[in-house]
Parts: sequence; C-alpha cells; structure tokens
Amino acid sequence: MTQPLARSGRKILAEWAAATGNYLWSGWGSLASLCLFMAIWTLTAQGFGPLILPTPLEALSTLVRLFQAGEAGPEILVTARRALAGFGLSLVVGSLLGLAAGVSMTASMMARPIITLLVGMPPIAWLILALLWFGAGDGTPIFTVFIACFPIIFVGAMQGTRTLDGQLKEVAQMFGLSTWMKLTDVYLPHVVSYLFPAWIAALGMSWKIVVMAELLSTEDGIGAALAVSRSHLDTAASMAWIVALVGSLLAIEYLLLEPIKRKVESWRELASSNN
Amino acid sequence: MAGVGIIKQLSITALNHRFGYQRVLEEIELTVHAGEAVALVGPSGCGKTTLLNLAAGLLTPWEGRITNSFARPAMMFQQPRLLPWKRTRENIALGLKAQGMDAVQRNASATQLALKMGLTRDDLDKFPSALSGGMQSRAALARAFAVQPDLLLLDEAFSALDIGLKSELYDLLANERAANASAVLMITHDLMEAIRLADRILVMAGTPGRIVAEHRIETPVAERDERWVFAHTAEFIQWPDIRLAFSLPAPKP
Repeated sequence: MTQPLARSGRKILAEWAAATGNYLWSGWGSLASLCLFMAIWTLTAQGFGPLILPTPLEALSTLVRLFQAGEAGPEILVTARRALAGFGLSLVVGSLLGLAAGVSMTASMMARPIITLLVGMPPIAWLILALLWFGAGDGTPIFTVFIACFPIIFVGAMQGTRTLDGQLKEVAQMFGLSTWMKLTDVYLPHVVSYLFPAWIAALGMSWKIVVMAELLSTEDGIGAALAVSRSHLDTAASMAWIVALVGSLLAIEYLLLEPIKRKVESWRELASSNN
Repeated sequence: MAGVGIIKQLSITALNHRFGYQRVLEEIELTVHAGEAVALVGPSGCGKTTLLNLAAGLLTPWEGRITNSFARPAMMFQQPRLLPWKRTRENIALGLKAQGMDAVQRNASATQLALKMGLTRDDLDKFPSALSGGMQSRAALARAFAVQPDLLLLDEAFSALDIGLKSELYDLLANERAANASAVLMITHDLMEAIRLADRILVMAGTPGRIVAEHRIETPVAERDERWVFAHTAEFIQWPDIRLAFSLPAPKP
C-alpha cells in the first residue's frame, strides 16, 4: 500500500516542480518587456533632462541612497501596514458579506444598487469624508483603502456564489454529500475562482489609494514622502519613491498571490494545457 | 413476505405536479420493483425529466406520494456533470467519499471500476475537461456505479453519444445490473434504447404529462440482439398509442 502512495507522492512533487519551473520560465517574457520599458524610459529621460524625468539609474541610485540613509525602509513599512490593514479588513468583510448576499436572491438584488453607488463614488470623495471623520493619522488611509476595495471583493464573492451551477448542486444532493463536503468539494472551489481575481484587483487598488490618502492626510509613509520631494522639486526622489511603491506591489503580487492562485486553480491551468 | 424487512421499491401514487400555475404532471402512478428496469418514453416536454427529478428527491411533489425504499439510489444526468476541479478518479469516487470510505480504499475501488469501464489510468489523472465527451460519459456512469446502486436513475444519459459508444455503455449497464441486481428507472425519447434495455416501457404524453400506456417485454435483456431490437422497435412504433403520444401521422393501410 506504501508503494502507490509513494508513487502518487512523487507524481505530485514532480507536478509541483514542473509548475514552479513553468512559472519561473514564464518570467523571461515579463523580464524582456520590463527591459524594453526601461530602455524607453532612459531614452525619454535623456531627451528631457533630469529635472523633468530622471533616468531609471538615477531613480534607482536615489532609492538605494534613501535605503542606506534609513529613510525608505520605515516609510515603506508604514505604507504597507496601512494598505494591508485596509485591504485585510475589506477582504474579510467583503468576502463574508458577499458570500452571504450571494446565497439570498433578495439580498443580492438589494445589494446591487448600493454596490453601484460604492463603485461609482470616487476615492478622493471618501478621502475627504475620512479626513473629517478620522483626522490626520492611520484611520484616514486605512478607511479609504477599505471602502475602495470593499465593493470589488463584495461583487466577486457575490457573483461566485450566485453563479454556482445548479446542476452541480443536484449532483451533490444526489450522491448524498454532507454539508461539509458540499462546502469543501463543490461550493468553495467554485467561489474561490471568483474571489481570487477580486482579491488581487483589490490589492492593487489598495496600494494606489493608500499613497493618495497619505499624500493628503499623514506625515509619514510613501505618500507623505512624495509630497515632501515634490515641494523640494526633487524629481529623482519622487521617482525613487514611485519605484519603491510599484516594486513592493509587484513583489507581493507575483511572489505571493500569483503562486497561491496557480496552486489553488491548478485544475484550470492543467485542464486547458491538456486540451 | 410479511415481516421480513422492507420490500425495496419506488412507488409513486396519485402524483400531480405543477410549476407555478402550469400543470406538468397529472395522476402519475408508477412502481419500480427491485431489480426491474423501467423505461419512460415520451416526446420532449411531456414532463419526463420532472418526473425523474421527483423520483430522485431533487424536487418536492406538489400533490401525491412518493416513497423510495431503495437504500442506495444513484443518478446519471443528461450531461456528465463532473466536478471540473476534481480529477476523474476523485470524481468517480465522489459517492464513496460521501459514504465515508477512506481515500486509499475509495481511490482503489474507483480505479478498478474505471479500468473495467474502458478508462485508462492516464484518463483518471486528468481533469474532466481534458477528456473527450465519450470518456466523460463513461466517468459519469462509473461515478453512478461506484456506489453499487440498488436503484439507478438515468436521465437520457446516452442521448448525446454515438451509436458505438451507446452500445458499449448499454453492455456495461447490463453487466452492472446483472452483478448488483439493481433496479433501473430510465427516461428516454429513443424507443430503440427503451426496447433494448427495459423490462417495462411506460409511454408518457400530453401537457400536463400522464402515463398513457404500458408495455411489458418478456424477452430477457441478454437475449435481445440487434436484429431483435430493430424488429421490435419497428413493431412498437406501429402501435396506435405510441403514434398518438409522439404525434406521428396515422399509418398508411
């Protein structure tokens, strides 16, 4: 009995290694397009001069200097803390409420106009309200991130539950699946395929919103640092901060979320590649 | 027979069903005994699928009584309906998992059954969407057989398949019935299928649908070869109640 188990274990390991290798290999394409982007950036910067647009190298060296001076690290951590706090909050609240709304027809019908309203409301308007409610400090950026991410996640969760295939529910009932099995074998795998893209979209959103909120409401964080470098007409520092911001977002998305997504949705990948 | 446990049977009495104000089934009386194969034939839209879903307990009857004393019913739907995020092996073992069988045991028994039914080990490791339509149907049939059903409900399960595959699945079904003595309630609009597989054919027609005729076939399933099936279908299709049910024009004299 151990032999087939060991074999299937090896198989899973091999599959996992192949998937990882595949993922890393697919990075070459992204790297090439990134290099092209850098080339265009350098060319443009050389045309306009460092006051308008510093070259990528200047921006990076400024960033390195900021790190060495011990300025960049703490600011990035502060911003990340706020973005992730707001994102985490909307992830939990949005997913739970979205799932609940998806289960009931009435609730999803009632939720729709409210969600349209929330999606349509510009984040800057929320920011103004948040400033009035929470003042300067952590509360304002966290709230703004939360309220901007919430509808995206809510809609993802609701659609996931609503689009659950009635036919598969019948299969689950016919074969006598327990409530727990229905949840883990039928409902969750389906809902996750809707939730995950929504989470990733919301994460990207949170990173943009937090900087905007910081720019206007706080004394620390990447947004505040951007405000300072702008007032000093320090384009290289501004660029350095932007690079830090985008870099940290890409790192989280591609090193953390994307691999998880691939693992969770391997059935989709494998299914399409086998065809 | 008195006092020796419950007699296994599915019985439907005085059943009326409606969707909203639309009556779909009227005065249905139907009994499926242990080990018996009953085919419901009728034109599209006469409520066959509704009746089967009622029998399966997927719908609640509006009026009337349905009692099902079979211990392990299983159903094969019109489409394979495999779970796309589970590998074929796990799909076949779904019912066994629901019964609480442990992973090693249920995978072994699913594999054994699937190999017998013409799926390969390679197919079992794939996700359903990577299988051909025929293989998906086999997997769906295997999933139903895996729980060793004493009542098998078939909802036009073979209607989308080519004739070669159909006849292969018919044989698999016949073998399985012989092995487990399972009863079958199948619905179909293919008369030939009904004549080949069923002990009793019920003809349904009209809106709301009702059972308009019943025919018993005495020849054992094993003795029905192709020629016999053709001959009988030709004969069957001449009967007035069949022609009426399917709105065929009256036969020329």
